[in-house]
Amino acid sequence: MFLGIDIGSSSSKAVLLDEEKRVLAEEALNLGTGSNGISQVLEQVYSKTGRTPKDILYSVVTGYGRNVYKGADAQVTEISCHAKGVTHLFGEARTVIDIGGQDAKVIRLDGEGNVADFVMNDKCAAGTGRFLEVMARVLNCDIYRLSDLAAKSLRGTQISSVCTVFAEAEVISQLSLGSKVEDVAKGALQSVAKRVCGQARRIQVAPQVVMTGGVALIPEAVHMVEKELGEEIAVPGSPQTVGALGAALFAWEKYHR
Amino acid sequence: MEEVKKTSKQIMNEMTRDVYVRAAEAKKAGKPVCWATGIAPQELMTTMEIDTVYPENFGAAMGAKHLSGPLIEVAEEQGYSNDICSYARNNFGYVDVKHVDDPVNLPMPDMLLCCGNSCNTVIKWYENLAKEMNIPMLFLDTPYNYMDEGASEHQIRFMEEQVYYMISQLEEITGRKFDYDRFKEVMEISMQTGEWWLKAIGVAKHKPSPISGFDLFNYMGIMVCDRGRPEARDLFKQWYEESMEKVARGEGPWKDQEEKYRILWDGIACWPQLNLTYRTLKKYGINMVASNYPRLWMITYDSPTIASMVRAYSENVGANREIPFELNAYLKDTETYHLDGLIYHSNRSCKPMDFKQYAIRKVVIEKTGLPSVIFDGDQTDPRVFSEAQFETRLQALVELMEKRKEGRKEDE
Ligand code: SF4
Repeated sequence: MFLGIDIGSSSSKAVLLDEEKRVLAEEALNLGTGSNGISQVLEQVYSKTGRTPKDILYSVVTGYGRNVYKGADAQVTEISCHAKGVTHLFGEARTVIDIGGQDAKVIRLDGEGNVADFVMNDKCAAGTGRFLEVMARVLNCDIYRLSDLAAKSLRGTQISSVCTVFAEAEVISQLSLGSKVEDVAKGALQSVAKRVCGQARRIQVAPQVVMTGGVALIPEAVHMVEKELGEEIAVPGSPQTVGALGAALFAWEKYHR
Repeated sequence: MEEVKKTSKQIMNEMTRDVYVRAAEAKKAGKPVCWATGIAPQELMTTMEIDTVYPENFGAAMGAKHLSGPLIEVAEEQGYSNDICSYARNNFGYVDVKHVDDPVNLPMPDMLLCCGNSCNTVIKWYENLAKEMNIPMLFLDTPYNYMDEGASEHQIRFMEEQVYYMISQLEEITGRKFDYDRFKEVMEISMQTGEWWLKAIGVAKHKPSPISGFDLFNYMGIMVCDRGRPEARDLFKQWYEESMEKVARGEGPWKDQEEKYRILWDGIACWPQLNLTYRTLKKYGINMVASNYPRLWMITYDSPTIASMVRAYSENVGANREIPFELNAYLKDTETYHLDGLIYHSNRSCKPMDFKQYAIRKVVIEKTGLPSVIFDGDQTDPRVFSEAQFETRLQALVELMEKRKEGRKEDE
């Protein structure tokens, strides 16, 4: 059995694969680096499969917390892991858009599971899940509810600040001036979509485009990115665990080398 | 007792400090001190024996010593935007506090020498200093070279005239005559220093390279501050010879790590994280063998004349040239230095260098297939850099370089 672990800034994910690279268990938990999220998520995959750490032949860790985690046999960057995971699920994929808690990255694939090029956001949280979390808090709703709200809006409010802190202040003042909650929700999603598509264009987007990460669970966010890019987007069944899946696939490869 | 010969590294460290010691002594003795931009015609000041210090060099030192943060904050408190180059912010902060807790300090200037070849920021920066301190500013305007072939004849004449004007300014300020014979000598020394500098940094083309690329960043300070002095020329010559001996012995950059990958570093160093970036690179066996930043001081010219000198200050500086100039240098570097990859420092401070990055990177990928990554940082503002983000990009670069090596092995 092969284990892939992805410790992100705000969530922990694990995937267990069997010898035939079939997924035995995949779990994600919204607790990231510095928490006990990873041990919780590992307990979950073990109890689901009835296995123990002893059954693991090889494990690979990825994500922001990969350097600190000591329990894995090897570590690989989240860039290579996402490329690997997406190619496994979608053989035709050429572009990956991954928006996580504090990271947004766009990866161009070479068709064989390798990274051809990639871009990542800079130190600022604009265009990441964190931006949406802040917006959801201002709107007093769950981050996933942003989607339902946005779907009801005819026209998104323009949020001109890219900086999350300024955008929060801007949105509060817009709400006080009478902007509708639905329009602000749509504006927030549009802002993230614009930002990530700006990144994507730097490395040439080619179909098929696959979206992963927590933000891919928000249907309206995916829809906005589609509109902004002018490309249809595929979303895997479990978008949050694609990096961990890639890590598990690396574990399989490293074991069989 | 036999005298032990100093290594070039020892001499370099001493010289780096002496620049400031000399200037402080001059100041004490009531002699004028000049502040100059990084790539300005020091030949004039050296001829006139006016001690010159370089706020950009000082800023880099402050960054490396973790003293730049507080200076930058002082400047920002005064209202300077955090979008302004952090070398400038460092200096504005320093002008206010006039002292840092370090053996090396910057004596206040009596005049300024500014050359526009690196960016527009330096012009506004120095005008600002001149106005605030009410001191003269000598200025060499080097029109931007839009043409691939470099400066035109009328541009050269324009710059020559300015040099004559600066000489008259200097004579007026000091009350001394300008010695043209000495000037010729200084130009000759500067030319030789430039050549030895290029030879010395060129040693990195050997595989493995005995120079760990961060040496380029360290020795560069001498090229900035001292290139008109014979000691600088002799230092680079000695460094070259020492390095060539290491080449002959097959030595790499480190004793405890192998040189696995060879990269070009685009842009200025992250001075506050110099150690950290160096250690991280070394951890993966990555040696920075080339960089466009030290190469900015490619002030080599072929005859000791004003025309030839101003041509070098205008044409040889990548920041004063269109993209093809630097692009060609990069493409050449990929072969000369046997590069495995490139790392681009998207430096929040230096817009003229950043603006070209994506275009250059795109063509380098198309033409050579070499992998590269971009990371965010700043030359001296310690707040911009993120260690985790840097390492992720670097590790991704290693994975890409490794993949490429594997692919090549399979092809063989
Ligand atoms: S770092 Fe860039 S912006 Fe700053 S002075 Fe140098 S060339 Fe100009």
